[in-house]
Amino acid sequence: MIFRVILLALVFMPMSAYSSNVKVHERVFSNGLKVLVKEDHRSPVVVSQIWYKVGSSYEPGGITGISHMLEHMMFKGTEKYPAGEFSRIVAENGGNENAFTGRDYTAYFQTMEKSRLEVSFELEADRMRNLKLDAAELKKELEVVTEERRMRTDDKPRSKMQEFFMAMAFSNSPYKNPVIGWPSDIANYQVDDLQAWYQLWYAPNNATLVVVGDVKAEEVFVLAEKYFAGIKMSEIKPIKPQAEIEQKGVRKTTIKLPAKLPYLLMGYKVPVLNSIEDESEAYALEVLAGILDGGSSARLASRLVRGQQLAVSSGAGYSMMSRLPELFMLDATPAEGKTVFDLEYALKQEIYELQRELISEQELQRVKAQVLASAVYERDSNFYQAMQLGMLETVGVGWEKVAEYVEKVNQITAEQVRDVARKYLVEEKLNVAYLDPQPIKQQKHRSKVAGGRHAH
Amino acid sequence: MRIKFIALLCLLFSQLAFSAAKIESWQSPEGSSVFFVETIGLPMVDVRVVFDAGSARDGYQYGISALTSALFDAGAGEWNADEIAQRFESVGARFGAGVSKDMSWVSVRSLTDEKLLNKALKTLSVILSAPSFNEADFQREKNRTLAGLKHREESPAALARIEFFKTLYKDHPYAHPSSGVVETVAGFLVEDLRAFYQQYYVAKNAKVIIVGDIDKKQAEQIAQSLVSGLRAGVKPEILPEVPVPTKGVTKHIKFPSSQTHVLAGLVGMHRKDKDYLSLYVGNHILGGSGLVSQLFAEVREKRGLAYSAYSYFSPLFRKGPFTMGLQTRNDQTKQAVDVMQTTLKNFVNNGPTEAALIAAKKNITGGFAMRFDTNSKLVSYVSMIGFYQLPLDYLDTFQQRVEAVTVASIKDAFSRRVQPKNINTITVGGE
Repeated sequence: MIFRVILLALVFMPMSAYSSNVKVHERVFSNGLKVLVKEDHRSPVVVSQIWYKVGSSYEPGGITGISHMLEHMMFKGTEKYPAGEFSRIVAENGGNENAFTGRDYTAYFQTMEKSRLEVSFELEADRMRNLKLDAAELKKELEVVTEERRMRTDDKPRSKMQEFFMAMAFSNSPYKNPVIGWPSDIANYQVDDLQAWYQLWYAPNNATLVVVGDVKAEEVFVLAEKYFAGIKMSEIKPIKPQAEIEQKGVRKTTIKLPAKLPYLLMGYKVPVLNSIEDESEAYALEVLAGILDGGSSARLASRLVRGQQLAVSSGAGYSMMSRLPELFMLDATPAEGKTVFDLEYALKQEIYELQRELISEQELQRVKAQVLASAVYERDSNFYQAMQLGMLETVGVGWEKVAEYVEKVNQITAEQVRDVARKYLVEEKLNVAYLDPQPIKQQKHRSKVAGGRHAH
Repeated sequence: MRIKFIALLCLLFSQLAFSAAKIESWQSPEGSSVFFVETIGLPMVDVRVVFDAGSARDGYQYGISALTSALFDAGAGEWNADEIAQRFESVGARFGAGVSKDMSWVSVRSLTDEKLLNKALKTLSVILSAPSFNEADFQREKNRTLAGLKHREESPAALARIEFFKTLYKDHPYAHPSSGVVETVAGFLVEDLRAFYQQYYVAKNAKVIIVGDIDKKQAEQIAQSLVSGLRAGVKPEILPEVPVPTKGVTKHIKFPSSQTHVLAGLVGMHRKDKDYLSLYVGNHILGGSGLVSQLFAEVREKRGLAYSAYSYFSPLFRKGPFTMGLQTRNDQTKQAVDVMQTTLKNFVNNGPTEAALIAAKKNITGGFAMRFDTNSKLVSYVSMIGFYQLPLDYLDTFQQRVEAVTVASIKDAFSRRVQPKNINTITVGGE
């Protein structure tokens, strides 16, 4: 997601379970559009999401961030619905809408009262092919995206550090680039670039439509057919693999930025479900993340924050559902009087222990209980359920994996957790970044009475 | 996300409503009010206990409410922090605690399976009735809070917010940040937390909110088990009124950021305000409806000046703020502030058009069901109704009251309550 701060997402949902026992209905139209429907009749609402298989990891150099820029431009109108109409119509129908871009996907959604689903389909079908890209609109929206970048990254020391960190950790994988794009790339997009990108990727055979809510699957398919089935398919060329070269030794960097607190980021190169031969390894890594950071009883909170009091906060995270191999992340903020180096040492000790000793049965059961409960809690939200399906399908794992998650985690043993720690959490594949805070020069100006300053 | 920020604000501050959910309410023998909604379909339950013990109760010990809340799961009864965490997490339950200006709450989300639920509830009740507040835990949590306060100083957005509240509320209990300031937090003693707990975490000051797939009898037992360990106590004194807005000021704080964060506003309305609906619906048009609001159109869509531009009322027990916000490249701050002010001025002077009002009503009423379509949302909404003692049918009548708003009532309410000359403008950023 664009304001990925990948770590954040991982740290806060390290053990999100992708499971549920409600049937998912699938239909693939002859133009290649895949439609997934999950009925949930608890509330008279529906969410509709359309996921395109394109994101920052698809972008060549020079136009990084263009998927996200295009996401913005998708709100700028078609022949039939000029700029502003899309949002106006959705709003008038009581809907909420938005969009998000990640490394491996671009997705658009509307949540509506259930009878308004057709409104969403008509508008999305229209802008899948008929977007009008206008130079003047691009010029303005480019400013908006630049402001977005300033807000999300440039003025946030830890986000900025994250950007430097990823650029160091990956040598040739496109995951080295930020989702929002590098500043000079953003500044130089042309309408032609956007047009080409749109034509390359926005097609029914490169999209998945996910609908979750108080609907009947058959009726959704009929409605979807009405609006989407007539859209011609495109030739979508497979993306080049850009497989990351093997890392040969630890990489470290120091980032100096105006900030108040030091901060440590560590990341080990690890495989994901997509890239792995033995998929149980991915589930074992998920469990491992839960052992370190699956709540307040997990090791990092219990040992580093409370026990040794080295950190004021510390987290771990792994996401097995990305298109390309990922990082297993650790982060920490030192307590007063401690340094990032103390924390690096302590975190490595935790890793060594995982490699040497088996986790306890109690810890393993705790993680499994959490995964099981999460699978129920997640069903409270239609939006989240649709996200899971859309994301797994779009990154190439396949939506069917959602249903397997709890079972697969349940099968993981303490030995498997130790084995993935030994195999993947090794110094040769480690990346480390230290935030070295520089003074913030700050000063308060005098106040004045309003009215004297801005003439109208 | 394109406008995640705005969407989030809308979610947090928009008016809350539902009709499908039936709220049942009763008093416990100890004097706590209980609010219960039965939701069927998922084997889970959310329990939240809310106290009138938010940061408005800090007195001059800014941050004491928040630190007291942070200590709850650090030790209680016979258990230390590890044991408490294990008790919750081994059954897949999620514990939470937090404070806002008005409220403090502890919560748990659990599966309804009896064995699992009972363990989670037992833990929660001990946390509420017998928190340890021991010295070592206190020192650690205090240090973590101090680090958090320091971290806050990295953020021009956070600094703007602090200055904004200070400017609007002067010496009112809403003026200071809920997490406190370094100067006060550094001086706390563990006895201060104990005293705060003793005074405010009492049955007469508690509201219990339960939402989930259980029946009323179970809900009664749960509520009982949670409040029976509390001392009866007394309700705290009512918070002082907030003085009405006077001529606004502008303040600038220099900060080495590439953007300037702008917050502009004044003391707005309270939860039971007679102008509530007119101000709410009016603001929906002005800056509360995300992608289609006037501020969004003027600042972002027409001029590309900012990523987010919004306005909202945050109604509290007393008058909460009316806030307009944006963030823009330093050198175009004046232009952006001008656009914001002009948009407000036009809105206040002319009111919305009839067409804009109709569109806003359609959006609010058409999306009515989406305001309460998850247990999570229901918990927040029922907490609000319970805490502010709104009528239980408040939400059932909500759509009808939205329909009754007119262009004239919006214009009238805004011209009395949101005078442009009274707007305070805080900017934090570089040159």
